[in-house]
Amino acid sequence: MFLSEMQAGQTGTVAHVGGNGILRRRILEMGIVKGSDITVEKYAPLKDPLELIVKGYHISLRVEEAARITVENVR
Amino acid sequence: MRPKLTIALAGNPNSGKTTIFNNITGTRQKVGNWPGVTVAKKEGRIHKFGYDLKIIDLPGTYSLTPFSIEEIVARNYILDERPDVVIDIIDASNLERSLYLATQLREIDCKVVFALNMADLARTRGMKINAGKLAELLDVPVVFTVGNKNEGIDDLLQQSIQLAESGTCAPRARNVKYSQDIENAIEGLQRFIEDKTDGPQPYNTRWVAIKLLEDDKIIKERILQKDADVGLEILQTTDALRKRLEERFDDDPQIVMTDERYGFIAGIIKEVQTTSTLRRVDISRNIDLVLTNRFIGFPIFMFFIWAMFQLTFSLGGYPVQWIGSAVGAVSTIAGAVLPDSLVKDLILDGIIAGVGSVIVFLPNILILFFCIALFEDTGYMARSAFLMDKIMHLIGLHGKSFIPMLMGFGCNVPAIMATRTLESEKDRILTILITPFMSCSAKLPVYIVLAGAFFGLRAGTVIFAIYLLGILLSIVTGRLFRSTLLKGRDAPFVMELPPYRVPMLKSLLIHMWDRSKLFLKKMGKIILVGSVIVWALTVFPRNIQYSVDYAAQINRINDTYASRLETADDARKHQLESEKQAAVSALVRAQQAEQIEKSYIGQLGKAVAPIFAPLGIQWKGGVALLTGFVAKEIVVSTLGVLFAADTDQDSDVLQNALAASGMTPLSALSMMVFVLLYLPCLATVAAIRRETGSYKWMFFSIAYSTVLAWVMAFVIYQGGRFLGYS
Repeated sequence: MFLSEMQAGQTGTVAHVGGNGILRRRILEMGIVKGSDITVEKYAPLKDPLELIVKGYHISLRVEEAARITVENVR
Repeated sequence: MRPKLTIALAGNPNSGKTTIFNNITGTRQKVGNWPGVTVAKKEGRIHKFGYDLKIIDLPGTYSLTPFSIEEIVARNYILDERPDVVIDIIDASNLERSLYLATQLREIDCKVVFALNMADLARTRGMKINAGKLAELLDVPVVFTVGNKNEGIDDLLQQSIQLAESGTCAPRARNVKYSQDIENAIEGLQRFIEDKTDGPQPYNTRWVAIKLLEDDKIIKERILQKDADVGLEILQTTDALRKRLEERFDDDPQIVMTDERYGFIAGIIKEVQTTSTLRRVDISRNIDLVLTNRFIGFPIFMFFIWAMFQLTFSLGGYPVQWIGSAVGAVSTIAGAVLPDSLVKDLILDGIIAGVGSVIVFLPNILILFFCIALFEDTGYMARSAFLMDKIMHLIGLHGKSFIPMLMGFGCNVPAIMATRTLESEKDRILTILITPFMSCSAKLPVYIVLAGAFFGLRAGTVIFAIYLLGILLSIVTGRLFRSTLLKGRDAPFVMELPPYRVPMLKSLLIHMWDRSKLFLKKMGKIILVGSVIVWALTVFPRNIQYSVDYAAQINRINDTYASRLETADDARKHQLESEKQAAVSALVRAQQAEQIEKSYIGQLGKAVAPIFAPLGIQWKGGVALLTGFVAKEIVVSTLGVLFAADTDQDSDVLQNALAASGMTPLSALSMMVFVLLYLPCLATVAAIRRETGSYKWMFFSIAYSTVLAWVMAFVIYQGGRFLGYS
């Protein structure tokens, strides 16, 4: 499933990061790499962007960007 | 002579880098821009431990991949200026991500010292870091620091000096190890480069090989520049290797290498960091439960913005008055001391009035910048972008563009300077281009006079509609430019939400003062020149042939009243005295009006009258608009002078004069729209020049806004007439 489909409070493991060059590289460099755990902390009041916790820090992505990230083992 | 050393500070945004820089250098800072870009460059010089230390604060970055301006600036500095030591400030509570930049610094092969900052915070979050192990694994000196308590700073500097003096280059063994296929490609390429080029290498060849495999545009260019033939050979070999790797991994090599770097970091983390199973205390998360709450997040945000405006414009209002009176006093004293001459007029009406009009904004600017520094240093700025991003994204902008645009309603100058918080240059330019459409507070007096004269009770609604039109056009402009001139998606919203921190007063004040100083310096110069030019246009030529001999008429009035005053009783005297004064000042105003009409600016106004005619604006309105270039509120005072109305007493006189001049509600509306949109004031133009770093964008903004103003006013005036309004 995609990261953008996760509910607030759920945690998953990153399986694949898709998307175009710069954005993809940027997301990877911020530590959202294959195999890392990622938690959806909350969605913004207007449902976009969303706040994530990865490697112990908080980061925000737009829903369209999160839709390029595949997650597995969502719990 | 003391020995000199250059130390550069690198680190992630929010790692506490600026705090450490402030602690090391204190107030001995020089703030400027990096050449060619509008990224702030800070440096400071100190004497310590017998050395002359030059400390450079590199822009905060998450990586050294040259995508953003900040990353390019930081990397080029390290590569080309070769600081003696680079201190990498590492947020200890965020070790894993921080080590990404750290490993890149190690790969460049410069002398690095790690500062493990805010380890106390990490401990409260249940993390323990084995610094000795980290130093051993990466072969780098590691120092614990607590930036906001000034702990460990001396130790950090001592270690840096020691490393700089050690002379030995950092050993190359302890670097990121990639998987076998990639290591083979790196080694092959490294050997190829070393074979093909002779003499000393400018950069570490392993690093160059890695960058080439990552398809680094800047390094590719540099290799071609150095020697086109050899460069081409190297690039061909690189392409072949990249293709092989891509087939092997079924993905772009640079992505694979980023992955593997994090894999290497994960290995280090396992050895040096222990996270206790104790429940972590995370105050920041609790604060965010409230501040970015689904229901009350927005109301709280609106309250903060409201409070910022209140502080800026009401609290700032008092000192503004004091400075206003101080400028007035200086003007009075100068007026009394200087003999009557053209020079006196220049000093009073040109220089003092011009510079005074900038200085009076200083309290507002200081307060506004203080509030913004507070938002930034606490970490709330990122939250406001988080809240507003969805809305701003509709215009093609980043959430962070909201605050500058909102500030535009107060004054465009600080608003445009606030765009510095935006990371992407395209976002910054787009925001700068649309911010002037936020109707600033100086335009309000113009609307009040015009709407008051022609719309009576509906004046409030009309003014509100003008503001709305400005917002609407900024949205249209934003979308238009995003799909044409500044093509490309808005910056990806990959933004860290840093933990909330208690801000330090010292750094808030430094922040505030840095920006205000820039405002004063640059704006002051341009405003001075501009006001003197407009002043000269209004007072020259001097030898005007007046239609009436005003001096003679005034003398005649004085004479007749003098004889009548002699015979009158006390009560009558009083009445006569005020009658006389009214008659004289009416003549003086008539003379002023004629003087302006015949001055260069009046001639200019008449020359451009055909341009304003289709908008229903007469030449007097045109002249007022021209003088409004200095500052928008001047439009009202020029109208007052031209219509020979005393604007000081009350605005009714001017409004009556306007109505009598043949202006209609429709042409008043057209003029208000024109004032809303046309060229930004001088100070704003100066700010645009400075913040975009180019005259091109400055002239573009002037041309675009003026053309748009003309078209909109034309559509409103002619359309209104077509529909039968007047």
